[in-house]
Amino acid sequence: MTTAFKDRNLIAVIGDEDSITGLLLAGIGHVTDHGKKNFLVVDAKTQIQTIEATFQEFTERKDIAILLINQHIAEKIRPTVDKYQQAFPALLEIPSKDHPYDPSKDSILKRVQKLFGE
Amino acid sequence: MSGTGSRENVFATRMALTNTKLRLKGAQTGHSLLAKKRDALTTRFRAILRKVDEAKRKMGRVMQLASFSMAEVTYATGDIAYLVQEQAKQATFRVKAKQENVSGVVLPAFEVDRTVGSDFNLTGLGRGGQQIMKAKEVYAKAIETLVELASLQTAFTILDEVIRATNRRVNAIEHVIMPRLENTIKYIMSELDEMDREEFFRLKKVQGKKKRDTAARDAEKQAQADLESEADIQDGLTLAIKEADPPSEGTAATDLLSGKDEDIIF
Repeated sequence: MTTAFKDRNLIAVIGDEDSITGLLLAGIGHVTDHGKKNFLVVDAKTQIQTIEATFQEFTERKDIAILLINQHIAEKIRPTVDKYQQAFPALLEIPSKDHPYDPSKDSILKRVQKLFGE
Repeated sequence: MSGTGSRENVFATRMALTNTKLRLKGAQTGHSLLAKKRDALTTRFRAILRKVDEAKRKMGRVMQLASFSMAEVTYATGDIAYLVQEQAKQATFRVKAKQENVSGVVLPAFEVDRTVGSDFNLTGLGRGGQQIMKAKEVYAKAIETLVELASLQTAFTILDEVIRATNRRVNAIEHVIMPRLENTIKYIMSELDEMDREEFFRLKKVQGKKKRDTAARDAEKQAQADLESEADIQDGLTLAIKEADPPSEGTAATDLLSGKDEDIIF
């Protein structure tokens, strides 16, 4: 595991158009030689299967350190997200413009709350 | 006593006792070390937990700010989403992982690794360039917060796992291994005691038998000696009668004495 996160240096995003645009502006966008992007734009027409597949792909890629996902999109594939327990890549649920952040839905914060509740 | 509880399958010997005692000592040392490790990790875990909670809330605010600046951009420039998505080629905003060691557990910490690129320099050339620059900065700040949060969260996940494993080990040693070793020691002790008692009893028995045999032999010898001496006396008497000499009684006496002597020697 010590070497596992050495070459992970990318940030991947699954999000709506505005979040993606902003994050790409900051410079996280990366397209590999095979034309694989590290971001997925999700709009109303995007199939849930596509989101799931991309989520799986991003979590299995070896060069991604952090995976950002809009909370309202995470909500769509909640079972998959809740099942995800690996340390790498770190999964972060971020708020989007239209959907303010709700801490009670976050899978990590849920665990935090549970641990504090003890 | 020795039958209660599980124990190791060993022969009750002194060597096994020494070995088991050593192992118990080892288990106790291991237990205290692991307990210390657990406490250290838990302390760390609590601190991280609090930070994660804080950072998540901070992230909410920061992202809101970022969204707002994005709205400004959209207002000033129009839709640049497609342009930006197409221009993304190489990431200039990356993270670097470094490790931190908390009592033997390697925790990764992400660091922002930003190379100043010239991406999107042409974006918003016509209008809204200032807003775009601002949005870039705001988003960069937001991502820094996110990266910080990500390292906290990773640390949280790893620590959670390690603490669970450590807890399992501590409990296993405390509730399974140590009682078992203690039981083994008790069993070996009781077995050895039992052996001691048996040995003692056996020795006593042997001694008693020896004594009895000796006594029997003594009695036999005595009886024989008595018989012999009686015969001697008889002989002496016949001699005395035959010779009718006074010293004959002396020879009889010496005979008697020699007989007794033999007895004493035996």
